[in-house]
Amino acid sequence: MNQLQNFTKGLLRENPILVLVLGTCPTLATTSSSLNGMGMGIATTFVLVGSNVMISLLANVIPDKVRIPAFIVIIASFVTVVDLVMQAYVPDLYKTLGIFIPLIVVNCIVLGRAEAFASKNSVLSSLLDGLGMGLGFTLALGILGAFREIVGSGAIFGQKFIEGDGILVFILAPGAFLALGYLIALVNKIRKT
Amino acid sequence: MEYILIIISAVIVNNVVLAQFLGICPFLGVSNKVGTAMGMGIAVVFVITLATIVTYLVQVYVLDKLGIGFMQTITFILVIASLVQMVEIILKKISQPLYQALGIFLPLITTNCAVLGVAILVIKKDYNLLEGVVYGAATAVGFALALIILAGIREQLELADIPRGMRGVPLSLVIAGILALAFMGFTGIVK
Repeated sequence: MNQLQNFTKGLLRENPILVLVLGTCPTLATTSSSLNGMGMGIATTFVLVGSNVMISLLANVIPDKVRIPAFIVIIASFVTVVDLVMQAYVPDLYKTLGIFIPLIVVNCIVLGRAEAFASKNSVLSSLLDGLGMGLGFTLALGILGAFREIVGSGAIFGQKFIEGDGILVFILAPGAFLALGYLIALVNKIRKT
Repeated sequence: MEYILIIISAVIVNNVVLAQFLGICPFLGVSNKVGTAMGMGIAVVFVITLATIVTYLVQVYVLDKLGIGFMQTITFILVIASLVQMVEIILKKISQPLYQALGIFLPLITTNCAVLGVAILVIKKDYNLLEGVVYGAATAVGFALALIILAGIREQLELADIPRGMRGVPLSLVIAGILALAFMGFTGIVK
């Protein structure tokens, strides 16, 4: 039961973007379409799971005083792995996401989970926590990306289903801010009632 | 002339927050007072300029020399983190007033993705050292500009009657969206 909660809390109750509002930079930058958003989400999930497991394994070995630099090195190693793998197998997506792949290192969610959860809990709990948080992140990115793609270009996953041009501004930078702002406001409203 | 173009492009046209989505966390986090926004802005200009110089030298004289370009992410984040720590220690020793003004912002800057982002972008764009530094400093000024504008608007809105769900982050995001719309008007001034 408890393990299940470790997994599900990231999806809705403590969703990293919609509730905790962490990691907003990649959220805004990579959600111009649903595919880009989910690609970013999956890359981040991999880093989250990998670093959470590694850090909970090493938590007893790492001296307390240097734990933050040590965590950052572990996270950066996983990010480098993702960076190289994506460059090799999905070059198009890699090009669109650009510098936001290396920037997963400074995504507050990853370091936040390492510090707040993985360094104090068992390997299995950390794995589930990372997976739940990562999928919650992917879910939020997918929703935001789908919304912007539908409104902005009348398409979903690249398939056009509404005639005409759509509201172009939602694909561009201002639309990202507006869409995320109203999405979080909606979630706030639902949570409080 | 070339440098002026870089500056205009980085400060206004491709504003780091409103067009490139870097450094959103501090943009939303420390924008409730104009005073704090200014302090954060100055600290960021200072750190980004320094970090650009150091990471550029590391890239050219260490990573490229040894042919280990794939270590870029790990190296840069460590260099930036230690640089910020060092700046904090030096400031504490040599200038108390400056430390008191900027000190509390420095630890926050390590996780500001604009710093790492600019460092990587300078390498990606093949700038030389001077162009890189000008670009870095101008980007940071753009960050400070956006932060101070948002803080000014939020101060004015403090007494407004805002629906409960919109308070805090959502409102800041919507304001930022409108600001981004305004900044889009500069598109096309420079390439």
